Parts: sequence; structure tokens; C-alpha cells
Amino acid sequence: MTRDELRALALEALGGIAPEADLGALRDKVALRDQLDLDSMDFLNFLVAVHERTGVEIPEADYGKLATLDQLVAYLAHETGAD
Amino acid sequence: MADFLMPSLGADMDRGTILHWHKQPGERIERGELVVLVDTDKAEIEVESWSAGWLDEVLVREGETVPVGTAIARIRTAEAEKPAVPASPLPAPPAQATRPAPAAPTPVRVVPTAAPRRHASPLARRLATDLGVDLAALIGTGPEGAITREDVDRAAARPAAAAPAAARPTAAPPTVARADKQASMRSAIAAAMERAHREIPQYYLATRVDLSRALAWLAEQNVSRPLAKRVLPVALFLKAVGKAALEVPELNGFWRDGGFVPGEGVQVGVIVSLRQGGILAPALHDVPRMSVSELFAEFRDLVARARAGKLRSSDVAGGTITVTSLGDQGVETVYGLIMPPQVALVGFGRISEQPFAEHGLLGVKPVVEITLTADHRASDGHRGGRFLAAVARLLQEPESL
Repeated sequence: MTRDELRALALEALGGIAPEADLGALRDKVALRDQLDLDSMDFLNFLVAVHERTGVEIPEADYGKLATLDQLVAYLAHETGAD
Repeated sequence: MADFLMPSLGADMDRGTILHWHKQPGERIERGELVVLVDTDKAEIEVESWSAGWLDEVLVREGETVPVGTAIARIRTAEAEKPAVPASPLPAPPAQATRPAPAAPTPVRVVPTAAPRRHASPLARRLATDLGVDLAALIGTGPEGAITREDVDRAAARPAAAAPAAARPTAAPPTVARADKQASMRSAIAAAMERAHREIPQYYLATRVDLSRALAWLAEQNVSRPLAKRVLPVALFLKAVGKAALEVPELNGFWRDGGFVPGEGVQVGVIVSLRQGGILAPALHDVPRMSVSELFAEFRDLVARARAGKLRSSDVAGGTITVTSLGDQGVETVYGLIMPPQVALVGFGRISEQPFAEHGLLGVKPVVEITLTADHRASDGHRGGRFLAAVARLLQEPESL
């Protein structure tokens, strides 16, 4: 998967968690949880959805590295070998 | 033969509208199976059957509104020869069903439709998905502008090109309906909280708890779990509250008719905030008996269904004590109001690193502030303090939770 595909897939997963959000206005370098008012349950559900779409198993210890869309895409690109 | 009654799905509900019968006359009904979808004006709730049998006759048709307690169907029970126990819908026990509902509504009862989507019954939504109909382009003809399955059927029957053009210019009514739902959600919360503030002499206690051990234990458990099975700290909070409620039973139950009525078992109500605003308080049943991971799975499912507007009659009933956790929104301390007729609410703040002194040593620890709001008619500060101490102690022994 390319980075663009990974980003699109992350947005799709976010759409399921925050259906009312304007994902087009999402900034790539600002924390997702702040922009979308995600609580820890939302964030867990988001990562589960990302896992279902990519197969990437994200250890709990890595959650802190996934605060922004940029970070998430970079992480997924690394794990899926897209880099 | 037994009458299936319009259930009371909350203190605020005095009538209900039949939105959809899932069963037709002659069909078999299993215990716990969904029988009918009811709108309580502000809420859609799936009503489950308390007993097994066959649906004999539908007495109230879809779209009709009747008072709570009205027979809406007749059920031929499995043991037809026995004089029938009234087939009261889950979960209202007969004693409660006949009790006149207190006047004030509580937020527990309010199940909004899944705004910001259009107000549409779950059936209409499923049908719309199946038929490829865009709900946003429909005008609802149901109660309060709700989109019904007939509306979806009609739209599906129209020539594809004509449908959006015909529908879009007049898309206003459903928006109004959604605003109405939001307004009634607000007024239901207002009524319950006014009642709490007016009627309940509440006292407030707080304690700080070092979560080092609990979080380390949880992290260790989560390492071996796949993502979807990982447990969040809130599960430990819920379990600790459930067990502490067994130790200090005066905080677990209701204040009714001038006296304390202990809860049967510990059903922990959880405040779920909705993205479009408002709160719900569905309950987790038999919390002390569940393992932490079972409890979290139930909690996760309950939150998801509450947010999607898919609660069932058994979900909204029976909370004996309530937990609110505003943790992630960044506050340290939550001072909540009790959900009447309950007598206690437990609040959890955000887990944050704080200086924490213990055994003459100062360290930086992950700390949570836990508050108790309790009804002074039912308990005194001493017992309330015992309760909070029990929660704190249980969180120090996570492996025993």
C-alpha cells in the first residue's frame, strides 16, 4: 500500500468513529484526539479499524507514536514495508 | 395466553409508539429475542421478550402510540396450559411495572437516533443500505419526521434519477426533527438533574489513588492480547466500584417513597457522552461477577450501541449505582450529580502523573482522583468514606479484581 492509500484508509476508519467530522479539514500534524475529540475508547476502536484494514498489529506501547495522521501513516508505511 | 405490555423504559416514559414489529402473528418468540421497536418520543429502544412462546395477535399497530402498561400483543406462552404469568417485557419485574412512574425523566431513557444522521428507524436504515437509498435525500413521514421503511420503499421504487431532485429541495423537516430530538434530550437531562438537585441532599467526598500497580498489571495483561481484546483502565474502575458496592451496600440502590431500597445485585450505570451532545446512562449488569476482560468487552459493546442509538430494553434498565469517567477530556476531578432514584455516583478524573508521597518517600506516580456524590438521606459521610477507601484498596490489588 502507498502512503496515500494508507492515509485514505485511516480517514475511512476515522469516519466510522466520528461520522459528523469534516475529515477534509483534518490537519496532518495536529493530534487526532484533539481535533476530533476522541476519547480512549474511540481511539482504541480507531486502531482496531486500522488493524482490520492493514493487518498491522500495533502494540500498546506504540500508541504514543500515533498521535497525528502523519505519524500514523509513517508508522503503517514502515510496518507494511511501503517505505 | 399472556398480554405483552408496552414496557416502562424509564421513569420519564408514560407512552410509547410502536415503530416496528419484528414478529408477525404465528411466529415463534424466544426468551430475550427482540420483539418490537418502540419510540419513547425521544428514544428508540428494542424491546426484548421476557418469555418464550408464539406471537398470537398484534393489538397495537405500527405507528400507534399507547400508554405504558397497555397490552400491545398477545403471546401464547410455551406452557400454554399453565395459567400464564404475564409476559412482561424484559427487564421490568412486575412489581416495577405497576409502580407509578416518578414524574421526572432521567437521561437513562433517552436514546437519540444516531444524529447527525437523519432520524430514521434502524429498520429503515438497514433497508436504505440494502436498497442503496440515500437517507439524506428523504423526507420522513413517521413520528416527528422520522424516516420509515415505507419512505425508503417509496424512494427505492422511484426512478433513480428523479429521486434526489425531487427530495432535496425540501430536506428541511428531518433537520427540524433532529433539532427536536436534541431539544428533548436536553430537557430530559434537565428534568433529571433538576430533580437530583432539588430533592437529594448530596454530599461529596474525594480521594487520590496511585495507579502504578494497576496500570503495570494491565499493561502486562495487554501485551499478550490482540488489539481488539486490550482492556482500558476504565474496566478496572468499573470493577472496583462494583465490588466496593457489595462491601458498602447503602450506596447501591434507590431512594424511594421516603426510604432506601437496596439494589438487587450491582448494576453499574455508565455515563456515555454522545458525539452530537447529551448523555445516556445504560447499565452493565452483575458487574462483580464479571472478569475484567469480560466487563470491558461488555462496556465497549454498550458504549458502541448507545452511540449508535441501538440500545435494548435490558440495557436501559436497572442501574443501581452510576460511574462517570471524564478522564480523557483532561479534568482531574469530576463532581457529579446523582441519577435519581439512585443514591450514589462515582466520578473518575483523568489519570495524570503527579507528585505522590508514600511511606515518607515522594515519587511521581500515575494518579487518579476519585469522587463520590452520595445521598445523605441514605448514607453518611463515614460510610461514603469507607466506600471510597474500598475502591482505592481494590485498585491496589488489580490481580484480585
